[in-house]
Amino acid sequence: RICVITLAEAHPLLQSGKTIKSINYQISANCSRLQNKVSGKSKRGAQFLTELAPLCRISSSDGEEYTIYSCIRGRLIEVNENILSNPTILQEKPSTEGYIAVVLPKFEESKSVTQGLLTRKEYEEVLLKRLTSS
Amino acid sequence: MSLLAEKDRPIVELLLNTGTCPRCILRFCCVGSQALYRHPYQDLLKVLKEFLKNSQEKEETVCFDIVDPPCKRIRLEDTEEGLDDVNHNGALQQIPSVNDENTAVENSAVKVCNVCLGILQELCEVDFVKKVCQKVHSADYQFTSFVFSVSLPPQLSVREHAAWLLVKQEMGNLGLSLAKDDIVQLKEAYKWIIHPQLSEELGVPADGKVLFEVSVVFAHPETDEECHFLATACPDCFKPAKNKQSIFTRMAVIKALEKIKEEDFLKHFPCPPRSPKGLCVAVEIQCNNSAVFVAGRYNKYSRNLPQTPWIIDGERKLESSVEELISEHLMAEFKADSFNFSSSGREDVDVRTLGNGRPFAIELVNPRRIHFTAEEMKGLQQTINNSSDKIQVRDLQLVTREAIGRMKEGEEEKTKTYSALIWTDKAIQKEDIAFLDAVKELKLDQKTPLRVLHRRALAVRCRIIHTMKSEYIDEHHFRLHLKTQAGTYIKEFVHGDFGRTKPNIGSLLNRTADILELDVESVDVDWPPTL
Repeated sequence: RICVITLAEAHPLLQSGKTIKSINYQISANCSRLQNKVSGKSKRGAQFLTELAPLCRISSSDGEEYTIYSCIRGRLIEVNENILSNPTILQEKPSTEGYIAVVLPKFEESKSVTQGLLTRKEYEEVLLKRLTSS
Repeated sequence: MSLLAEKDRPIVELLLNTGTCPRCILRFCCVGSQALYRHPYQDLLKVLKEFLKNSQEKEETVCFDIVDPPCKRIRLEDTEEGLDDVNHNGALQQIPSVNDENTAVENSAVKVCNVCLGILQELCEVDFVKKVCQKVHSADYQFTSFVFSVSLPPQLSVREHAAWLLVKQEMGNLGLSLAKDDIVQLKEAYKWIIHPQLSEELGVPADGKVLFEVSVVFAHPETDEECHFLATACPDCFKPAKNKQSIFTRMAVIKALEKIKEEDFLKHFPCPPRSPKGLCVAVEIQCNNSAVFVAGRYNKYSRNLPQTPWIIDGERKLESSVEELISEHLMAEFKADSFNFSSSGREDVDVRTLGNGRPFAIELVNPRRIHFTAEEMKGLQQTINNSSDKIQVRDLQLVTREAIGRMKEGEEEKTKTYSALIWTDKAIQKEDIAFLDAVKELKLDQKTPLRVLHRRALAVRCRIIHTMKSEYIDEHHFRLHLKTQAGTYIKEFVHGDFGRTKPNIGSLLNRTADILELDVESVDVDWPPTL
């Protein structure tokens, strides 16, 4: 099952007042997500991601740097290059045109991956708790 | 017997006495008259006997004079322990025909031929023909002519080779030569004999270029291991094949026989070949009709019908399919084993196919019935159309295999027209969409849509939207008619697929757009011919 990674609603970058300065897909000296090349139906050659694998680092104009993680295990199919040329879509349309990456988990792991995530309801409960606790 | 000459005499005598049947003897004498082989073999036996009797004395003289020096004379009775001696220098088994003539004749009347293992004996006679025809009749095929194919066990080639070496040596002693190619082929002679009989019994002619095939596979398990020595003698001819059970295929055996040296062959194989205990057996008699092709165009009126069956992990996700609704009736009428459905492109489950429909072709594999008149095809079309309101077919007709190529051409090259019902988030007015009508040859870059990305390779497709026509409905809806290049993803052109199809309706209108309904209005392929 294809997965599209996007910024969560509550992400600091999507809160008002934040401007994006730069987006960098070079996450280490040897690894750039931009160099990911897949071929064929089985997506051979794809970089394999674990939950904590960084996809990109985004710097905001107020000096903060945010690392965006994959959060799921699977093959990296593509990263969104449109946000490099047009960072505004990341903030304006984070769930559609401003997506970060497309990941394809292993067929056998599909179910366990989905089960490890929060449903919409569960997420909203988490946000609610955050508001009330702070 | 005018077809046998003096030079044939030693061959006839030799082979008759070593257990070879009359028809094989004729083959080794290079007799090419088909009619001769069709005589009942008791008659042929008598004739050969006569032939030998006619110049008894003459033959004897010839033998003694020429044959004496180089070869050993070993009696037929000493075959058992004499085997090694015989093969030691490739010597012949020569029996003075005067004494053993009667025994030899008796023996060959009773024995199974040591060269053809019964193929040119009982296995081309009336009883066998009846057996084959019975199988054909019970299989209930419709045919107007037939092709008969026969598969012979590889050891026959080995035995033929041995018999040829035997005869060649004998001829050599008389200063004559016999090329292997001059000998009449076993399969050819078999077909000369059996074709007319099959033809008569089945009531139809034999025709090489025809659809209906009767195939018989013969086996002779008793002698299966006779080829094995070739594997040690010519190992490079025998490669283990992935699917076949035995590496001793006919081709491999023939190749090895061409390579192997005479001395090596004679070391491992008795010359003349031993008489077998039993005949070949027909292990398989099968009938097969070559495939017929039915083509037409289909309309799809349901938004809940896949083109091919949708089954995941053995569970059917949606009932039926376009393919099944059409082929069900064809399978019943043509009585085929199976079918292969193909079409000029396809549409999603939730997309209707309107207009004059999408071309399709169905290959019916091994059909029992193959002849249908135009009237009958019309009737079949009606039956299909009456059976379901989800699909309708038109122009149903029989076509050739080549015609399929034209249909597939259409898939890649021809244009299609669509009608899409589009929703927009922000309000639109008539003027906002009017400009779309003027857009011509719009170039799109479409990355492989996310909805198919799990089973397709990632790529970028350049496609062209030739023309568009908009129909305003209300502030959030309009209908768009488009004519596009084959292979364009329409849904993605409307909603943009996360910005992976550019440009898209959303980007053109500067809004967020989505597609509510899609219909195929036409598939611009002019095949199959309209009826």
